[in-house]
Amino acid sequence: MATINREKYEAVIGLEIHTHLLTKSKMFCGCSTEFGGVPNDHTCPICTAMPGALPVLNQHVIEIAVRAGLAAHCEVAPYSIFDRKSYFYPDLPKGYQISQYGTPVCKGGYIDLPPDKNGAPHRVRLVRIHLEEDAGKNIHEGGHSLVDLNRSGVPLLEIVSEPDIRSGAEAAAYVQEMRAILRYIDASDGRMEEGSLRCDCNVSVRPRGHKEFGVKTEIKNLNSFRFVEKAIEYEIDRQIDILESGGKITQETHLWDPVREVTRAMRSKEYANDYRYFPEPDLPPLIVPPDLVEAIRGEMPELPADRRARYIREFGLTPYEADVLTAEREVSDYFEATLSGLKNRKTAANWVMTEVLRIVRESGKSLAEAVPAPTEVGALLIMIEDLKISLNAAKTAFATMVKSGKSAEGTVAELGLAQVSDEGAIAEAIDRILAAETEKVNEYRAGRDKLFGFFVGQAMKAMGGKANPKVINDLLRKKLSG
Amino acid sequence: MAENKITLEMVKHVARLAHLQLSDVEQERLRADMDQMLGYVDKLNELDTSKVPPTAQVGEAGTPMRPDEVSNPSAQEAMLANAPAAERGYFKVPKIIE
Ligand SMILES: [Zn+2]
Repeated sequence: MATINREKYEAVIGLEIHTHLLTKSKMFCGCSTEFGGVPNDHTCPICTAMPGALPVLNQHVIEIAVRAGLAAHCEVAPYSIFDRKSYFYPDLPKGYQISQYGTPVCKGGYIDLPPDKNGAPHRVRLVRIHLEEDAGKNIHEGGHSLVDLNRSGVPLLEIVSEPDIRSGAEAAAYVQEMRAILRYIDASDGRMEEGSLRCDCNVSVRPRGHKEFGVKTEIKNLNSFRFVEKAIEYEIDRQIDILESGGKITQETHLWDPVREVTRAMRSKEYANDYRYFPEPDLPPLIVPPDLVEAIRGEMPELPADRRARYIREFGLTPYEADVLTAEREVSDYFEATLSGLKNRKTAANWVMTEVLRIVRESGKSLAEAVPAPTEVGALLIMIEDLKISLNAAKTAFATMVKSGKSAEGTVAELGLAQVSDEGAIAEAIDRILAAETEKVNEYRAGRDKLFGFFVGQAMKAMGGKANPKVINDLLRKKLSG
Repeated sequence: MAENKITLEMVKHVARLAHLQLSDVEQERLRADMDQMLGYVDKLNELDTSKVPPTAQVGEAGTPMRPDEVSNPSAQEAMLANAPAAERGYFKVPKIIE
């Protein structure tokens, strides 16, 4: 593509996020929702549409939907109905998907994204959140296709945003924040690579300053933040390019090709959009009593946005630090568990962001598996704070603890890392050095300030590297000036 | 009753969505049938329902629900027992995409 004139145009983007819910059993039957597994093993007459089978709603699905609605400031509908969305595909045994059309379980709402690099806040409004069941999975090979119905009937939430997003980066930030929220409230495991959270993006462009929307295209099934950002950026450029060369945008559905990094239009046969919704006669209306909503509201956990604000306000962290520490709930919980008894929260924040997350990254394991318990890291940090060990000694101890799984105290003792703060012992060593180096002492007193470092080095060496550097500095200054 | 609420075009459209192949005779017969059904709905429309809320369902108030428990055993074998064709634990169907 030639250079694209981005200045002239504004992109208008709305997202639909689909997420599997963290339930043990399916939406309308007692089959397991476990990912993978032997094909067609998690199936029954209900989720394979045997004649006469009737769906019964999973209570936990409603609790999760209400939590999601409250987390996203939605209005939770006291009364909604399920609808049939009809289409024919071999992964959909009933010939329809049970969904919600006219009456979503949650309406309106918004989420606030972390401020961008310039500190500007960004609110993305929601249209709705509704419930639906997933379809099965097809594998195409040779002259036939294979069907696995393990996923058929697994509960999903579809979260539809208003077109409040203006770039690929903003879209990725939105998906990231929504994923974090869904994980904080135990609605979803958010595993995008396993397809448990995926995203459809509606993208259009319009000349800057214009009110009316341009013709939109939909990019389907994006399963990483990076793909969301890249696919949208590509699509914006593609549309501007067409408009600039006098063409027209066709309303169509695109797929992202992550290998070639382009979007391509699906043939119209690949998607039929006449779904002929009508009320599901097999399910009574969904009544969500106000006291259930209030009970769930009372048990809502702290959300990522609230945690970010608290870390900045109470712990004095920067917005960036607060953002890194709250992006994943398990990291945030870990960080908080290191804080007990510690005065300086910033030390813990730095330690978790650098040491802990580095080990997690390098090991490729989960946080819980990769690093020592947060209380042990907390114990190590308290030793630094109390000047019992140096920062470097703490790093050495931590590296050992990662491998051995032993306690902070035991490791510091075993490796002999405890730092000497005993003024008497340090003063003695300094006196010896100053007595031996009279010439250098005279030079220093005559104005060669640089020699101070030499004396510090000598004193540290004499103490086997374990002296508290602050005590050495203070004593040296006193003795050299005297 | 107005004539021909259902056109042949509508019949063809619905048949395509339902993956049905209909002969010309069948199309016309279905068109007439569906037209008659709509005629029946017209009859219902004679009632004044302006003060009645739209109702998708009649029956008990509230939603019967089940606890979130896995209650079904491994089902692969039983599920595939009646499948016209199966392979490696999957249902085998004619190729879906060209
Ligand atoms: Zn089932």
